[in-house]
Amino acid sequence: MAGNVDALFIFLLIVTGMVTLLIFTCLLYFAARYRYRANVPAEQIEGSTPLELTWSVIPLGVFLVIFVWGAVVYFKERTPPRDSTEVYVVAKQWMWKLEHAEGQREINELHVPVGRDVKLIMTSQDVIHSFFVPAFRIKQDVLPGRYTTTWFRATKPGTYHLFCAEYCGTQHSGMIGSIVVLAPAQYETWMSGGSTGPLSATGEKVFAELGCATCHRSDAQGRGPNLQGLFGKPVRLQDGRTVVADENYIRESILDPGAKIVNGYKPVMPTFQGLLSEEQLNALVAYLKSLSATKPGEGNATASTAQGSQVE
Amino acid sequence: MSMATFNAHPGERENYLNKEYGVGSWLFTTDHKRIALLYLISITFFFFIGGFFALLIRLELLTPAGDLVQADTYNKLFSMHGIVMIFFFLVPSIPAVLGNFLVPMMIGAKDLAFPRINLLSWYIYIIGGVMMLHCMLTGGVDTGWTFYAPFSTNYSNTKVVEAGLAVFVVGFSSILTGLNFVVTIHRMRAPGMTWSRLPLFIWAHYATSIIQLLGTPVLAITLVLVVAERALHLGIFDPKLGGDPVLFQHLFWFYSHPAVYIMILPSMGIVSEIIACFTRKRIFGYSFVAFSSIAIAVFGFLVWAHHMFVAGTSVYAALVFSLLSYAVAVPSAVKVFNWTATLYKGSIHFDAPMLYAFGFIGLFTMGGLTGLYLAALGIDVHVTDTYFIIAHFHYIMVGGAVMGYLGGMHFWWPKISGKLYPEGWARLAALIVFIGFNLTFFPQFVLGYLGMPRRYYDYSHMPEYQVLNVLSTAGATILGVGYLLPMIYFLWSMRYGKPASDNPWNAAGLEWKSASPPPTFNFDEEPVVTWEAYNYEELDAPHPQEAPVAR
Repeated sequence: MAGNVDALFIFLLIVTGMVTLLIFTCLLYFAARYRYRANVPAEQIEGSTPLELTWSVIPLGVFLVIFVWGAVVYFKERTPPRDSTEVYVVAKQWMWKLEHAEGQREINELHVPVGRDVKLIMTSQDVIHSFFVPAFRIKQDVLPGRYTTTWFRATKPGTYHLFCAEYCGTQHSGMIGSIVVLAPAQYETWMSGGSTGPLSATGEKVFAELGCATCHRSDAQGRGPNLQGLFGKPVRLQDGRTVVADENYIRESILDPGAKIVNGYKPVMPTFQGLLSEEQLNALVAYLKSLSATKPGEGNATASTAQGSQVE
Repeated sequence: MSMATFNAHPGERENYLNKEYGVGSWLFTTDHKRIALLYLISITFFFFIGGFFALLIRLELLTPAGDLVQADTYNKLFSMHGIVMIFFFLVPSIPAVLGNFLVPMMIGAKDLAFPRINLLSWYIYIIGGVMMLHCMLTGGVDTGWTFYAPFSTNYSNTKVVEAGLAVFVVGFSSILTGLNFVVTIHRMRAPGMTWSRLPLFIWAHYATSIIQLLGTPVLAITLVLVVAERALHLGIFDPKLGGDPVLFQHLFWFYSHPAVYIMILPSMGIVSEIIACFTRKRIFGYSFVAFSSIAIAVFGFLVWAHHMFVAGTSVYAALVFSLLSYAVAVPSAVKVFNWTATLYKGSIHFDAPMLYAFGFIGLFTMGGLTGLYLAALGIDVHVTDTYFIIAHFHYIMVGGAVMGYLGGMHFWWPKISGKLYPEGWARLAALIVFIGFNLTFFPQFVLGYLGMPRRYYDYSHMPEYQVLNVLSTAGATILGVGYLLPMIYFLWSMRYGKPASDNPWNAAGLEWKSASPPPTFNFDEEPVVTWEAYNYEELDAPHPQEAPVAR
């Protein structure tokens, strides 16, 4: 990622450097060549439409190249690869709380293995923050009330700065940390300590404690939609729209169940706004995702048929 | 250029300055020229307050540790630096001072269309200014000038409501100035002053006024919503109350991006006037320069979300706003090319206003070109909210807007005051400002790419950033000297300066056909315009026929 951004940056340095040089040379040359001399009057020139068109169209062409290149880099930055390792990030004034899908929790420090795609699923408990790792050239605002995501793949072991880049109050400049990139073997050692079990298992516990399974049964008989294999699938809503069940959809359906009613179901679910911490929400999201991921072949197929039959 | 053509009848003529004396004659004046001076004093006061905050910010950043002031104090300093400099200095600076003074004179009018509304706008500015001073003296505000929600609405425990209302109030002075200019330019042009004969300064102010009229109300609405959520807990922006924080950013930048053009367009107008005069030429591609101002005003309203590429908006929205941002760069580039082409085969003089104009072109070019980096989506992700963006917008708003403002102040000072400023000192100051500015802000581009986030009070965990910060602080002290100098010698010249002739630069433009300083109603007889703008060929003809239009 850093390489992609830097390549475009260097291209821009060259282009803008040449333009600056051209303009400054003209300015200085004209200033010297046409400085005031007695009895040499200025020559009045009205202008030149061909010239105007030239210096409008050529920059526009160059701009379009930069635009397309910048957009391509941005698309990569904004699209995490499918099989990324997932880390849940909760930001608050003034710390970063990070939780691995495997269950390890960290504060202001994130350990990742070298060479693996890491997707960050982030939310804030209070104001807007921004997750910024200059060495990886990534930055993404972290908002309260919804998830935003970004991703990176570290290519060299080491310790890198993590900054909060969106001003968030008194200790904004203290909301810093580090990304520790480890070689695979060291990472395995690090992972083997301190886990309370995978995040999805925590989520399963929360799911059970809150009695979600009463309605969201794993067969087709529940009062709520079957959640097996739901994640990443399109869902048809009562109002005719179809939405993809992503992290934000799950989050919203828990906190504001009336916002998007699945076609064929009644709006009977109570809200869990204020009853769940961000960490518990993350665990629930991780659990529901695990319901789609565990049985890649047969599990998904049955789940979607089940869902399909319910929708009818 | 010769400044030796002194006034033949110094002192005694009645003019707007000596017509009446006493505080009342100033506070109840409806003369656009006097109101311009009221504004000049007011904005200069706020400029030095904002500058003082900037100096404290730079001193704090001299060392990595947060040791000069407290964290909260630092946050208030950069917030109030931004609020004061943008809303109380840059936005009113050129329009309310030079625009106020010159728009009627340049089009051959006796005054603005609504002289009392003009005075009202100054009083509104003063009310807003007093509210802001009160806010600063009773604790200040720490939200940044951007007032981002939900921090501003539910988390900051500083005087957000007071600051928001002060900015809300001062916005109306900006709206009224814009309204006055639009009507004046439409309705009050002297006979023969057709649209195609307008000085480019007028075109620039016309474009600026449209933005002020259409954009400022949106800022006012946004600030009222912030106050409503903070004081009444209406859920608008904070998700905890059912609001949307990104909505705030859309509303805020819908004004605040075009506001950049409120600051820079008038400056571009000044630069056009100066370059024409000191090359003794008509501006190359007059109509392209004129319409590029309008194009900037129109496109300027369509690019606001390029401040939000990492804010959580969709990828597709980002694509559209990136593309439109490149569209707005074209008319800006056109202006730079036309100014450069105007130098070609000119007869160039290097008086202080021209040095400022050169400085403007250089710094604006760099500010504009670095905008290309920020509009490139992939790069913006890395450099937004770092010192790169701080450097970029200071190159535009200080390197561009303030350079143009100072150039204009020097150019028209003989007309405004009737006195000549000391040319040598003025050239020196222009040089000091240029050097100081680059030393302050160029290192910040590098800092930003290296990753230093903006609004950081303490960087003791990143000592690698110190060297560049030291350079920047050193530059800021030089820049401070460069800004103090003109204030000193302008004041000095009011008493000790040589009297200026009516047209010391032998410049085109109706304002120079009036006396220096002008009489209260600008022209003894209504001028009739029979020539194109920038008729320097006629002015420089071997036997100039002084058309007895004015006086």
